[in-house]
Amino acid sequence: MFRLTDAPIVIDELLTAVADPTAGAVVLFIGTTRDHNDGRSVERLEYEAYAGMAEKEIEQIAAAAKSRWEIARIAVVHRTGVVPIGMASVAIAVSAAHRGPAFEAARFTIDRLKEVVPIWKKEFFAGGAVWIGDQSGSVGTWSDPGVPRAPSHDRES
Amino acid sequence: MRITVKLFASLRERTGVATLFRSVPEGTTAGALLAALEEDLPALRAAGRIALAVNSEYTRAEQPLRDGDELALIPPVSGGCLPRAQRE
Repeated sequence: MFRLTDAPIVIDELLTAVADPTAGAVVLFIGTTRDHNDGRSVERLEYEAYAGMAEKEIEQIAAAAKSRWEIARIAVVHRTGVVPIGMASVAIAVSAAHRGPAFEAARFTIDRLKEVVPIWKKEFFAGGAVWIGDQSGSVGTWSDPGVPRAPSHDRES
Repeated sequence: MRITVKLFASLRERTGVATLFRSVPEGTTAGALLAALEEDLPALRAAGRIALAVNSEYTRAEQPLRDGDELALIPPVSGGCLPRAQRE
């Protein structure tokens, strides 16, 4: 289960999707919208996705996780549009025979998702709004201006 | 060749354009089209870091385009950090 949704994420759907008789562990990660960032009070967050490519990139990350760790199933749902404070913006569930690989695969999946999946976050605060990662010089490694780089799907060598 | 170009998030807002179409000569690369677009839309240059995807796959600037391709201009994603290494 890899999808985007503009409705609230239903966690039970992820748990159902990763249910597996061989599993002895299910790890669930939920990313929630927080009310502050960079010393600013955040009023709401809005997510925009490149539909089609985003799901494809998520599937590739999940495939990489499966090839690296002994896990049974993995499910990823990312919300788009306006997400009120305190709500889930992304959820990842991983089932495995043992908890170690499930934890590691879940961590890997959210880390990679935030690095490469074309989903953007706009932060609304009192007096303005900003796309996270947009300010020149604030990110450092996206790429050099005018020299676009493709992300790596395997940063560990 | 006719190419569809998609702009997202900060790039869409800076330029006021979500989708545009360009006719380009055979052999034009993704990077060359980006450079041409930067001439037409100076706001793109101010945006700084842009990654490229062709038909929903990240690609290098040297990638030649084909007729009907969809080129996406991708500003930094929500995690805001990209490894330097190439996918290959």
